[in-house]
Amino acid sequence: MNPPTFEYFAPTGIDEVIDILAKYPGEAKILAGGQSIIPLLKSRISSIPYLVSLSEVKGLSYIDEGSEGVRIGAMTIDSDLENSDLVKKRFPILHDATEQLADPLVRNVGTIGGNLSHADPANDLPAVMIALGARFTLRGKGGSREVEAKDFFLDTFTTALEPEEVLTEINIPFWGKKSGGAYVKFKKNTWNFSVAAVAVQLELDGNRCRKAHIATTSVSPKSGRMEKAEKALIGAELNDHAISKAAAEVATSSEPVSDSYGPEEYKREILRRITREAINKALSRAGGN
Amino acid sequence: MVSKKNISITVNGEAKEAEVEPRMLLAHFLRDVVGLTGTHIGCDTTNCGACTVIMDGKAVKSCTILAVQANGRKILTIEGLSKGREKLHPVQQSFVDKHGLQCGYCTSGMILTSYWLLKNRKNVTEEEIRAAISGNLCRCTGYDNIVESIKDASKKMEEEGDPIEEHPEIKVRA
Repeated sequence: MNPPTFEYFAPTGIDEVIDILAKYPGEAKILAGGQSIIPLLKSRISSIPYLVSLSEVKGLSYIDEGSEGVRIGAMTIDSDLENSDLVKKRFPILHDATEQLADPLVRNVGTIGGNLSHADPANDLPAVMIALGARFTLRGKGGSREVEAKDFFLDTFTTALEPEEVLTEINIPFWGKKSGGAYVKFKKNTWNFSVAAVAVQLELDGNRCRKAHIATTSVSPKSGRMEKAEKALIGAELNDHAISKAAAEVATSSEPVSDSYGPEEYKREILRRITREAINKALSRAGGN
Repeated sequence: MVSKKNISITVNGEAKEAEVEPRMLLAHFLRDVVGLTGTHIGCDTTNCGACTVIMDGKAVKSCTILAVQANGRKILTIEGLSKGREKLHPVQQSFVDKHGLQCGYCTSGMILTSYWLLKNRKNVTEEEIRAAISGNLCRCTGYDNIVESIKDASKKMEEEGDPIEEHPEIKVRA
């Protein structure tokens, strides 16, 4: 199946990319790996008159460790994150997500920047970046600005990116010494999106939880922080009672809809179970028990 | 009027140049422009992996990549695995020996994914094999014989080496 016709640009500099986006506001779209856009074009769900590829722009693929955190170039492919020892060691939650994202062949082309900018609430990386408290660098005509992951996702397929802006870098801050995270994904098979998934990142102070970020995939119009559930953990000793309370909050405050993946009630029950699992896994990685 | 693009893609060691519409998929470039029909199109929706080829050393779905995106890249297709030799590539031979195919439609993609896996992993486990082929669907075999074929191919590659090493221009970058 051929996509509808479009003009294709593959500039070598990021400024040129931004110039083309500014020339065709709202009609031009960035092509990163294309693993979401190309299927949408082929199925004729979308039509994009101008595609601007980032594939020829050098220096957008890297995973760099700094003193404050890890900086990831937007064109870094998912399998590079999956196989990164740095990611495995510092952010196991991101390793969990990338090793389960789509399938190995898609991960060899799909990029972190594309996954995030596409803002599909069924994509795995938005929830993970929100849980990690990542910041995104958006580059536009007048220079760059930083946006927090939790403020980046506005709605389904809608982000804080202006029409002439490009996401160029993802900056994940290091958490405290006793911290850990996990991403638990419930899916029926490789080629479908998840029924639901939960990202949990925790920081401990002795036996108590000092900081908790929880976000979900596939069960709301956009991924966002589950603040009621977080409150159930913060300041508490993470025993079975607190974990069950947080899991129940995630299940009730999400907005799953009945569809071919299952009825709403079923999804809430899945959410309750995978949230418990994710918190327990995060807790054990944080050195809690 | 959409402007066409001149592209050059190295396919199995040979530069293939053409003027193509930007919307042309890599799978169509390989089949219709280059004339290598061993790359199959199955679902055409990024699920089945019948169209798998190796691009710059990585197994990818050629129905979900534009030919223009592959401009300047190196592609290895199923035809390249035994190109210029009398014998099949060890991975191909293992699929024959262990009955890793019935109808054969998924086989070229299955073999290229296996080849990519075996170039990157020694002493591969069954779990790693099943994870690696999770983006390649087979509707005939129930997968067990495919897994056996890949285990056998792992041994054959250890013992016999990879004949593609003799052709550095089509070597996969591990």
